[in-house]
Amino acid sequence: MEWAKNNWEVVIGLETHTQLKTNTKIFSGASTQYGAEPNTQACEVSIALPGVLPVLNKQAVECAIKFGLAINAAIPSRSVFSRKNYFYPDLPKGYQISQFELPVVGKGNVTIQVPAGKNTAAYEKTIHITRAHLEEDAGKSSHGVVEGMSGIDLNRAGTPLLEIVTEPDMRSAAEAVAYAKKLHELVQWIDICDGNMQEGSFRCDVNVSVRPKGTEKLGTRREIKNLNSFKFMQQAIEYETRWQIETLEDGGTIQQATVLFNPDTGETRAMRSKEEANDYRYFPDPDLLPLEVTAADTTRVQAAMPELPEAMKSRFVVEYGLSSYDAATLTTSRGMADYFVATVNAGAEAKPAANWVMGDIASYMNKNTELLSSPPISPAQLANLLKRITDGTISGKIAKEVLNEMLLKVGASTASVRETVTGEGAFYNDFGDNFADNIIEAKGLKQVSDSGAIEAIIDEVLAVNQVMVEEYKAGKEKAFNALVGQAMKASKGKANPAQVNEILKKKLTE
Amino acid sequence: MINHSLKELGHMLASKQISSVEMTQTFLDRIAKYNPSINAYIALDHDKTITQAKAADIRIANGSAEPLTGIPLAQKDIFCAKGWQTTCGSKMLANFIAPYDAHVLSQFDHAGAVNLGKTNMDEFAMGSSNETSYFGGVKNPWDFDRVPGGSSGGSAAAVAARLCAAATGTDTGGSIRQPASLCGFTGLKPTYGLVSRYGMIAFASSLDQAGPMAKSAEDCALMLNVMAGFDERDSTSLNRAKEDYTRGLVNMQGAQPLKGLRIGLPKEYFADGLDANVAKVVQAAIAEYRKLGAETVDISLPNSQLSIPVYYVLAPAEASSNLSRYDGVRYGHRAAAYDDLMDMYMKSRAEGFGAEVKRRILIGTYVLSAGYYDAYYLKAQQIRRLIADDFTQAFKQCDIIMGPTAPSTAFKAGEKADDPVAMYLQDVYTIATNLAGLPGISIPAGFSNGLPVGLQLMGNYFDEARMLDVAHAYQQVTDWHTRMPESLK
Repeated sequence: MEWAKNNWEVVIGLETHTQLKTNTKIFSGASTQYGAEPNTQACEVSIALPGVLPVLNKQAVECAIKFGLAINAAIPSRSVFSRKNYFYPDLPKGYQISQFELPVVGKGNVTIQVPAGKNTAAYEKTIHITRAHLEEDAGKSSHGVVEGMSGIDLNRAGTPLLEIVTEPDMRSAAEAVAYAKKLHELVQWIDICDGNMQEGSFRCDVNVSVRPKGTEKLGTRREIKNLNSFKFMQQAIEYETRWQIETLEDGGTIQQATVLFNPDTGETRAMRSKEEANDYRYFPDPDLLPLEVTAADTTRVQAAMPELPEAMKSRFVVEYGLSSYDAATLTTSRGMADYFVATVNAGAEAKPAANWVMGDIASYMNKNTELLSSPPISPAQLANLLKRITDGTISGKIAKEVLNEMLLKVGASTASVRETVTGEGAFYNDFGDNFADNIIEAKGLKQVSDSGAIEAIIDEVLAVNQVMVEEYKAGKEKAFNALVGQAMKASKGKANPAQVNEILKKKLTE
Repeated sequence: MINHSLKELGHMLASKQISSVEMTQTFLDRIAKYNPSINAYIALDHDKTITQAKAADIRIANGSAEPLTGIPLAQKDIFCAKGWQTTCGSKMLANFIAPYDAHVLSQFDHAGAVNLGKTNMDEFAMGSSNETSYFGGVKNPWDFDRVPGGSSGGSAAAVAARLCAAATGTDTGGSIRQPASLCGFTGLKPTYGLVSRYGMIAFASSLDQAGPMAKSAEDCALMLNVMAGFDERDSTSLNRAKEDYTRGLVNMQGAQPLKGLRIGLPKEYFADGLDANVAKVVQAAIAEYRKLGAETVDISLPNSQLSIPVYYVLAPAEASSNLSRYDGVRYGHRAAAYDDLMDMYMKSRAEGFGAEVKRRILIGTYVLSAGYYDAYYLKAQQIRRLIADDFTQAFKQCDIIMGPTAPSTAFKAGEKADDPVAMYLQDVYTIATNLAGLPGISIPAGFSNGLPVGLQLMGNYFDEARMLDVAHAYQQVTDWHTRMPESLK
């Protein structure tokens, strides 16, 4: 089928529900804390008692404006809340308050980096955002908790969501995932969403259609609902694309439908077709006045905005002399960028700090994602380590050894208690700012810079490696490196490599 | 005592001529005697009521009483009252005990007023005769064969029969004013947004407004002093400085207290469809106003004739959505047996709602449906704006508008029950103010064949104080508002 696939183009648009980081619900004072006992965070508004009324949470509006500013969008001076009417047990009012014709955030855009694939180079692309609107989440239904009964938990009902809708701009699963990841980072960067996908704080509906390459007309789309992992998103889009192409090539037609992805089978399956779809009977909610956002409101939010990734990236190039690539990598997440800056501020040089943050620290975190959401060692501890390279106390190679020892100690002692602490005053571990120094001291890893001691080692190396000495003298440059290696090995890596080079050269020319 | 004004009752309490418990018991005794035949109250709770009266007596004794402290009032059963059965006149909520107080009720609670009970009403306030109530019709105290009007029929009968000192009502299309007209007392629908809707069970959110139902304009002013005011829990509540609505009443003395007042008479309100005897009574009342110094100007509200069709698109549209929460899942009526979720919804709602409520849910669902929205809902919203603009124009020519409240006097029970359109026409003169959000008052203006006739006053936004002054001036020189049915004395 591969030959046929090349004749088709997939068209993808995303609708992302981001749960906003507010203390209380969007239309009531009930807490939004995750994980409470069912229905303990369901106030009279949450359960839609007769007579209750919604009051808009200003914090949610500020989150929406923040997002609009972050995607270069217009913030309309007036937007309207509408009722989306349908019956479902976890929708207590029988309607969801959402925004329909006039959303709080207008058109904007996001630039994504699509990583290199098997046969493609990495590239940049602009994804257009159609709109973003505020709405309330529904509750949760659970079946079978009590035999033969369905349970309704309304703790989540009324939690504020920002639904972010793209144009059908993406042309591959890789682009869709790159966009989703970028958006995921962005909403955390501007601190409007905790990004916790397991808890449903960030979930995507993906609209997929295919069309013959070179044609303009969009194919009939199917919507994959509620994807809460990038891996599943990739799998679901790939499966769905293949399914649509095969269906069309077999002479079938695509029916507009809502589908669910089953991670166990890796397949998508239709849950309802368009014919069964609800007529939501949207109309402006008479309980809420139109939302007015003044220029002053926008300016106030703008003033409180953090520096955005693009701006920070440019600044890193200028201020720290980093390459554009390194600056981009460091600014893929605010956590990483902040950690890098803190490390530099703690006395490390920028370039090594960048390399270590993007390298060892990032890879450790990637391997331990289940446990960790913040780096294992503090910026001060990393800076302490890097300073010991700069001042010649240890070599880069020994530094890796020291770091490994640090990670082992941290992993063994405190990983379980270090849950989601990030930001200022975050708790990393109990080992103090001189963690690296203490390990260097305890394990005697301090670099040997005493020329007498190094000379003694070299003499010994030269004595037992006469063959190499001869080779070197016969003009074989490689033999010199081998001798350096032997000397370093003999010193257990502690000899100052520069001094080893210097003394060895002197001895061989004597 | 039962005919005393709120002010007089307040004096009696303050001067210890009577305790609140005794005063309350007097009304409870009348309720026990007359309510079985009149059916004005749905819920009574002797213990709760007397507990409140005792608390009021303590406040009076320790000098912290307010004007309404200790005064027994009737509350329309549309207001959630903590610990009270709160039914909204529906089988759907027949078993619902409210766990919280509506804003209006907590205002009265803070003022120290006593709650005598929850009054009967048309189901979810949908009706003009109180005949759609799940708890049965209410008798008009002036003629038990006739309806009291609606939807605040229970409160209306309670005020007219002196089964309370005063009452609350709500008015979506005329539900305070039309029963006030049919039962012969004073009823005020305030400017939309003046009284918080929090805890008031929604019928049509953009039209619903609570107001006082009482014997006189002065009583209404005292009630409104407690009811009005900003409430952050209602986003449509207006954040305005508190007013004393009694402040101008004292000026309504002397020969021509209304000198300079321009009364607008809309020609559309005196045209076909108005009962000739009602018209005579209304004209006589206007003549009385001229004697009080007012001048009259002929005005036109050209779009007012569209009020009923516009209302019967918008109100059902909002209602169809507002009533979706009654699904049998969390509270209220749930069918005893059902096959699946859809069946539970269908049976619970089919059993829980009455015919008129179902009719309006159907209309509302239809006008909001894809493909019909623009032709009905959107068009109706546009005309609503035109209707409001008519009033804006009119208030450039006059200070207050007067006309009949209802096209006829109280009609017989069953007379219009099977003809919804005839029933809807009961509100032909009252609906326009709801659509425009304006305040309106109905005051007793006389009788036709022994049945009360109401005069309607319509004012500009937030002009309640002046409207109450104007109503009060009339009540200083007439005694229609003091009349009560002989048989209930």
